[in-house]
Amino acid sequence: MKHQNEMQITFPSLPENESFARVVVAAFAVQLCPTLSEIADIKTAVSEAVTNAIVHGYEGTCGLVTLSAAIRDRDLLTIEVRDNGKGIPDIPQAMEPFYTTHPEQERSGMGFAVMQTFMDDLTVDSTPGSGTTVRMTKRIHADKRW
Amino acid sequence: MLRSIRDGDKLLVGLDGELDHFCAQSVRRELDGLLSDAAVRHLILDFSGLTFMDSSGIGVILGRYRILRDRGGDVAVIHMNSHISRIFRMSGMNKVIRELDQKQEARR
Repeated sequence: MKHQNEMQITFPSLPENESFARVVVAAFAVQLCPTLSEIADIKTAVSEAVTNAIVHGYEGTCGLVTLSAAIRDRDLLTIEVRDNGKGIPDIPQAMEPFYTTHPEQERSGMGFAVMQTFMDDLTVDSTPGSGTTVRMTKRIHADKRW
Repeated sequence: MLRSIRDGDKLLVGLDGELDHFCAQSVRRELDGLLSDAAVRHLILDFSGLTFMDSSGIGVILGRYRILRDRGGDVAVIHMNSHISRIFRMSGMNKVIRELDQKQEARR
Protein backbone atom coordinates (compact mmCIF):
# COMPACT_ATOMS: atom_id res chain seq x y z
CA MET A 1 0.00 0.00 0.00
CA LYS A 2 1.30 3.43 -0.86
CA HIS A 3 2.20 5.61 2.08
CA GLN A 4 -0.13 8.60 1.95
CA ASN A 5 -1.04 11.15 4.55
CA GLU A 6 -2.16 14.75 4.72
CA MET A 7 -2.83 17.61 7.13
CA GLN A 8 -4.32 21.09 7.04
CA ILE A 9 -4.46 23.96 9.49
CA THR A 10 -5.83 27.50 9.25
CA PHE A 11 -4.58 30.31 11.44
CA PRO A 12 -4.75 34.12 11.63
CA SER A 13 -2.03 36.05 9.79
CA LEU A 14 -0.13 36.90 12.97
CA PRO A 15 3.70 36.98 12.84
CA GLU A 16 3.69 34.82 15.99
CA ASN A 17 2.30 31.99 13.83
CA GLU A 18 5.33 31.87 11.51
CA SER A 19 7.20 29.71 14.00
CA PHE A 20 4.10 27.63 14.72
CA ALA A 21 3.56 26.93 11.01
CA ARG A 22 7.10 25.74 10.27
CA VAL A 23 7.19 23.53 13.36
CA VAL A 24 3.85 21.92 12.38
CA VAL A 25 5.13 20.98 8.92
CA ALA A 26 8.44 19.75 10.34
CA ALA A 27 6.56 17.54 12.82
CA PHE A 28 4.34 16.21 10.01
CA ALA A 29 7.40 15.45 7.84
CA VAL A 30 9.14 13.46 10.60
CA GLN A 31 7.29 10.31 9.50
CA LEU A 32 9.44 10.38 6.33
CA CYS A 33 12.60 10.17 8.49
CA PRO A 34 14.18 13.28 6.94
CA THR A 35 17.73 14.34 7.74
CA LEU A 36 18.27 17.37 9.96
CA SER A 37 19.30 19.28 6.85
CA GLU A 38 16.05 18.36 5.07
CA ILE A 39 14.04 19.43 8.12
CA ALA A 40 15.88 22.78 8.12
CA ASP A 41 15.13 23.19 4.38
CA ILE A 42 11.41 22.51 4.92
CA LYS A 43 11.13 24.82 7.94
CA THR A 44 12.87 27.64 6.10
CA ALA A 45 10.70 27.32 2.98
CA VAL A 46 7.47 27.22 5.03
CA SER A 47 8.62 30.21 7.05
CA GLU A 48 9.22 32.19 3.85
CA ALA A 49 5.83 31.33 2.34
CA VAL A 50 3.90 32.08 5.54
CA THR A 51 5.82 35.33 6.09
CA ASN A 52 4.97 36.39 2.52
CA ALA A 53 1.27 35.74 3.20
CA ILE A 54 1.39 37.81 6.39
CA VAL A 55 3.62 40.66 5.19
CA HIS A 56 2.59 40.97 1.54
CA GLY A 57 -0.75 39.13 1.25
CA TYR A 58 -2.43 40.85 4.16
CA GLU A 59 0.02 43.74 4.68
CA GLY A 60 -0.54 43.92 8.44
CA THR A 61 -4.30 43.43 8.27
CA CYS A 62 -5.68 40.24 9.76
CA GLY A 63 -6.79 37.43 7.48
CA LEU A 64 -6.54 33.67 7.44
CA VAL A 65 -3.63 31.58 6.20
CA THR A 66 -4.27 27.95 5.29
CA LEU A 67 -1.31 25.60 5.43
CA SER A 68 -1.62 22.08 4.12
CA ALA A 69 0.88 19.31 3.58
CA ALA A 70 0.66 15.85 2.07
CA ILE A 71 2.85 12.82 1.57
CA ARG A 72 2.49 11.00 -1.73
CA ASP A 73 4.42 8.22 -3.43
CA ARG A 74 6.11 7.24 -0.16
CA ASP A 75 8.66 10.06 -0.10
CA LEU A 76 7.19 13.12 -1.84
CA LEU A 77 6.24 15.94 0.52
CA THR A 78 3.94 18.62 -0.89
CA ILE A 79 3.21 21.84 0.96
CA GLU A 80 0.63 24.49 0.13
CA VAL A 81 0.32 27.94 1.72
CA ARG A 82 -2.81 29.88 0.78
CA ASP A 83 -4.00 33.36 1.68
CA ASN A 84 -6.99 35.44 0.60
CA GLY A 85 -5.02 38.67 0.57
CA LYS A 86 -4.25 41.28 -2.05
CA GLY A 87 -2.50 38.93 -4.48
CA ILE A 88 0.59 39.44 -6.61
CA PRO A 89 0.13 41.50 -9.81
CA ASP A 90 3.41 40.37 -11.43
CA ILE A 91 4.60 36.95 -10.24
CA PRO A 92 7.86 36.77 -12.30
CA GLN A 93 8.89 40.17 -10.92
CA ALA A 94 8.00 39.14 -7.34
CA MET A 95 10.15 36.03 -7.74
CA GLU A 96 13.24 37.93 -8.84
CA PRO A 97 15.95 37.76 -6.16
CA PHE A 98 16.20 41.01 -4.15
CA TYR A 99 12.91 42.37 -5.52
CA THR A 100 10.83 43.72 -2.64
CA THR A 101 7.89 46.07 -2.30
CA HIS A 102 8.95 46.83 1.29
CA PRO A 103 12.59 47.94 1.33
CA GLU A 104 11.77 50.35 4.18
CA GLN A 105 11.02 47.31 6.36
CA GLU A 106 14.40 45.83 5.43
CA ARG A 107 12.72 42.99 3.54
CA SER A 108 15.50 41.26 1.64
CA GLY A 109 13.45 40.18 -1.39
CA MET A 110 14.93 36.69 -1.09
CA GLY A 111 11.83 34.78 0.06
CA PHE A 112 10.98 33.04 -3.21
CA ALA A 113 14.68 32.44 -3.96
CA VAL A 114 15.03 30.65 -0.61
CA MET A 115 11.93 28.53 -1.34
CA GLN A 116 13.30 27.62 -4.78
CA THR A 117 16.72 26.75 -3.37
CA PHE A 118 15.54 24.64 -0.45
CA MET A 119 12.65 22.80 -2.15
CA ASP A 120 12.62 20.75 -5.37
CA ASP A 121 9.73 22.55 -7.02
CA LEU A 122 7.79 25.78 -6.48
CA THR A 123 4.67 27.13 -8.18
CA VAL A 124 2.83 30.34 -7.36
CA ASP A 125 -0.76 31.09 -8.34
CA SER A 126 -2.15 34.50 -7.58
CA THR A 127 -5.13 36.63 -8.46
CA PRO A 128 -4.94 40.31 -7.54
CA GLY A 129 -7.66 41.03 -5.01
CA SER A 130 -8.32 37.35 -4.29
CA GLY A 131 -5.15 35.89 -2.85
CA THR A 132 -2.09 33.76 -3.43
CA THR A 133 -1.34 30.04 -3.28
CA VAL A 134 2.25 28.79 -3.03
CA ARG A 135 2.86 25.08 -3.70
CA MET A 136 6.17 23.43 -2.97
CA THR A 137 7.37 19.86 -3.22
CA LYS A 138 10.40 18.07 -1.87
CA ARG A 139 11.43 14.46 -2.25
CA ILE A 140 12.81 13.30 1.09
CA HIS A 141 15.97 11.20 1.07
CA ALA A 142 15.79 11.27 -2.71
CA ASP A 143 19.48 10.46 -2.99
CA LYS A 144 19.44 7.58 -0.52
CA ARG A 145 16.53 5.48 -1.79
CA TRP A 146 16.63 2.85 -4.53
CA MET B 1 17.81 40.80 25.67
CA LEU B 2 20.94 40.33 23.56
CA ARG B 3 24.24 39.38 25.16
CA SER B 4 26.98 41.82 24.22
CA ILE B 5 30.63 42.50 25.01
CA ARG B 6 32.28 45.81 24.11
CA ASP B 7 36.00 46.18 23.42
CA GLY B 8 36.95 49.63 22.12
CA ASP B 9 35.31 50.11 18.73
CA LYS B 10 34.33 46.42 18.55
CA LEU B 11 31.05 44.97 19.74
CA LEU B 12 30.39 41.24 20.06
CA VAL B 13 26.70 40.34 20.18
CA GLY B 14 25.28 36.85 20.72
CA LEU B 15 22.04 35.99 18.92
CA ASP B 16 19.95 33.27 20.54
CA GLY B 17 16.90 31.34 19.43
CA GLU B 18 15.28 32.08 16.08
CA LEU B 19 15.61 34.98 13.68
CA ASP B 20 12.47 35.17 11.55
CA HIS B 21 10.13 38.03 10.59
CA PHE B 22 8.44 37.94 14.00
CA CYS B 23 11.72 38.08 15.98
CA ALA B 24 13.44 40.47 13.54
CA GLN B 25 11.78 43.58 14.87
CA SER B 26 13.00 43.18 18.46
CA VAL B 27 16.48 42.04 17.36
CA ARG B 28 16.73 45.07 15.05
CA ARG B 29 15.62 47.42 17.83
CA GLU B 30 18.11 45.99 20.33
CA LEU B 31 20.99 45.99 17.86
CA ASP B 32 20.27 49.58 16.87
CA GLY B 33 20.24 50.53 20.55
CA LEU B 34 23.71 49.02 20.94
CA LEU B 35 24.90 50.69 17.72
CA SER B 36 23.58 54.11 18.76
CA ASP B 37 27.05 54.66 20.22
CA ALA B 38 28.76 55.98 17.08
CA ALA B 39 32.15 54.86 18.40
CA VAL B 40 31.20 51.27 17.59
CA ARG B 41 32.59 50.47 14.15
CA HIS B 42 32.93 46.70 14.11
CA LEU B 43 30.03 44.39 14.91
CA ILE B 44 30.67 40.67 15.40
CA LEU B 45 27.55 38.52 15.56
CA ASP B 46 27.91 35.23 17.43
CA PHE B 47 25.49 32.69 15.92
CA SER B 48 26.33 29.83 18.31
CA GLY B 49 22.90 30.14 19.98
CA LEU B 50 20.95 30.81 16.78
CA THR B 51 18.84 27.77 15.89
CA PHE B 52 16.92 29.13 12.90
CA MET B 53 17.19 31.96 10.40
CA ASP B 54 15.26 32.74 7.23
CA SER B 55 15.46 35.62 4.75
CA SER B 56 14.13 38.07 7.36
CA GLY B 57 17.52 37.62 9.05
CA ILE B 58 19.25 38.69 5.83
CA GLY B 59 17.41 42.02 5.99
CA VAL B 60 18.35 42.58 9.65
CA ILE B 61 22.03 41.81 9.12
CA LEU B 62 22.37 43.81 5.89
CA GLY B 63 20.61 46.75 7.52
CA ARG B 64 23.17 46.79 10.36
CA TYR B 65 25.97 46.34 7.81
CA ARG B 66 24.86 49.52 6.03
CA ILE B 67 24.92 51.48 9.30
CA LEU B 68 28.47 50.37 10.08
CA ARG B 69 29.71 50.70 6.50
CA ASP B 70 28.69 54.36 6.61
CA ARG B 71 30.97 54.70 9.66
CA GLY B 72 33.83 52.99 7.88
CA GLY B 73 33.25 49.79 9.82
CA ASP B 74 32.00 46.29 9.11
CA VAL B 75 30.03 43.28 10.31
CA ALA B 76 31.44 39.79 10.82
CA VAL B 77 29.91 36.55 12.06
CA ILE B 78 31.19 33.59 14.05
CA HIS B 79 29.86 30.11 14.80
CA MET B 80 27.54 29.89 11.81
CA ASN B 81 25.88 26.51 11.23
CA SER B 82 25.76 24.92 7.79
CA HIS B 83 22.14 25.86 7.12
CA ILE B 84 22.61 29.55 7.91
CA SER B 85 25.86 29.46 5.96
CA ARG B 86 23.86 28.29 2.93
CA ILE B 87 21.48 31.25 3.28
CA PHE B 88 24.50 33.55 3.51
CA ARG B 89 26.00 32.16 0.32
CA MET B 90 22.79 32.11 -1.74
CA SER B 91 22.00 35.74 -0.83
CA GLY B 92 25.56 36.89 -1.52
CA MET B 93 25.94 38.12 2.07
CA ASN B 94 29.22 36.22 2.36
CA LYS B 95 30.69 38.80 -0.06
CA VAL B 96 30.24 41.70 2.37
CA ILE B 97 30.06 39.97 5.75
CA ARG B 98 33.06 37.91 6.74
CA GLU B 99 32.86 34.70 8.69
CA LEU B 100 35.57 34.56 11.34
CA ASP B 101 36.97 31.41 12.87
CA GLN B 102 37.74 31.33 16.59
CA LYS B 103 41.42 32.23 16.13
CA GLN B 104 40.54 35.27 14.03
CA GLU B 105 37.96 36.29 16.61
CA ALA B 106 40.55 36.09 19.40
CA ARG B 107 42.96 38.29 17.44
CA ARG B 108 40.41 40.99 16.77
